[in-house]
Amino acid sequence: MKDNKDPIIKIENIHKHFGKVQALRGVNLNVNRGEVVVIVGPSGSGKSTLLRCINRLEEYDSGKITVDGILLHGAQNINLVRQEIGMVFQSFNLFAHLTVMDNLMLAQKIIRKRSPEEARKIALDLLKKVGIPEKLNAYPSQISGGQQQRVAIARALAMNPRIMLFDEPTSALDPEMIKEVLDVMTDLAKEGMTMVVVSHEMGFARAAAKRIIFMDEGQIIEEAPPEILFTSPKQERTKRFLSKILNH
Amino acid sequence: MFSRRKTESPEINTPELDNVPEAGLGYHIDVWWWLVALVAGVIAILAWTKPDPYWRIILFVRDGIGMTALITVTSFVIMIFVGMLGGLGRISTNKFIHMITTLYVEIVRGIPLLVQLIWWYFAFPVIIRNLGQATHIGFLANYEANAVLLAIFGFVFCYGAYMSEIFRAGIQSIPKGQMEAARSLGMSYFQAMRHVILPQAIRVILPPVGNEFIALLKDSSLVSAVALADLTRRGREFMAANFDPLQVWTMIALLYLVMTLFSARIVNYIERRTKIER
Repeated sequence: MKDNKDPIIKIENIHKHFGKVQALRGVNLNVNRGEVVVIVGPSGSGKSTLLRCINRLEEYDSGKITVDGILLHGAQNINLVRQEIGMVFQSFNLFAHLTVMDNLMLAQKIIRKRSPEEARKIALDLLKKVGIPEKLNAYPSQISGGQQQRVAIARALAMNPRIMLFDEPTSALDPEMIKEVLDVMTDLAKEGMTMVVVSHEMGFARAAAKRIIFMDEGQIIEEAPPEILFTSPKQERTKRFLSKILNH
Repeated sequence: MFSRRKTESPEINTPELDNVPEAGLGYHIDVWWWLVALVAGVIAILAWTKPDPYWRIILFVRDGIGMTALITVTSFVIMIFVGMLGGLGRISTNKFIHMITTLYVEIVRGIPLLVQLIWWYFAFPVIIRNLGQATHIGFLANYEANAVLLAIFGFVFCYGAYMSEIFRAGIQSIPKGQMEAARSLGMSYFQAMRHVILPQAIRVILPPVGNEFIALLKDSSLVSAVALADLTRRGREFMAANFDPLQVWTMIALLYLVMTLFSARIVNYIERRTKIER
């Protein structure tokens, strides 16, 4: 048994280049079980890259990432690690050729080896949870962006992940649809899911996050609980960034 | 909440599918079926009103039609698999596999199909025989060229390269996010290809693949140069015996035309079926 007090995600001194551009310059971050961490920062600050390193959609050049006791670099089977990490994308990425129901069932059947009946039951329960059980036979192109994103969250949850990663989940949504997605995420946070969220939704950060991480130019500049970071940031760069996104 | 298609992200669309020229013009299909019927009718009327020479020509070239169909259909089925493997090779991150498939595509595209067919039929058996003699393996040393087999091989080898490019383009037209979503659920690269990418790519690939079938049907007439009794070859044999080139080649042309028009309708039908399913 792994010690439950150990951080579930340990990121140690991660460096990453895209060609000549240095995207991450020595990032250190621990995330505890059940913790909700929100990462903010200007575009190009490396926050999405960092998130994508956690399930190795992005390879990193040096450093160590450990997820649930498994060292990612050189992990024998990265697919096993990914099964435990749900990911939600800015552009939803629902499988366009499958119905909502089949989107939720596919990975359950071929990865978790669940019977169609079992997978279907789990999918239906999750669709109820995210509030759109009536859309099970629709194709992704037939439902709204907010609905697609909720389906995408349900699809990730169907694998019973221990960690959920959210990469700007509401950035591609019309304003009136943002709330329905954030509500689902807030519920998830209340249930004790470990979540790492890249987002500029300050309302969500205040309500659900235990810690806010501010990143700039590939580094973590400052981290603090939301009530502290939003009211009295220590660093000048954090102040400048927050004044831009909070005062408009 | 009930707005449909309101926030469609370009990432989850495959615009290629929406741009299929005949999409939504269902009633035009019947018009083109009439053209198939018209050409078939002309053939029937010619055969009925002037059985000599037209009906005689049809009877004479009948087995040639069978050979043309056999070569075309068999090659086509095999080259789909070659194209899929070649396409996967062309997008492979493995440098060696990528280099081999790219080399294959570049070489094949640079040599005329007729020269390739002749090479496989006349030159390739020589290599086999020399190899057999060098290694003292009897059945290789006495290898006799099988015209049908080598013709199919030649077509698969050549068209497989073009098919690889079609598959490559089709796979690459699927947004990157689809692969990322599949991988992030724990699927392996090949599971993601099989369950997520290829089923979507197929719909993009279908129109050009259908066109390849029709091109292949026409190109199959080249096998008449390598001792295969296909439709074209049989036509030439009939002409040699009867000296009526006008009638023979008009009939041969009409027979090819009815086959290609019919195939085009079938391709169109399949395209529309897979589109509606969406």
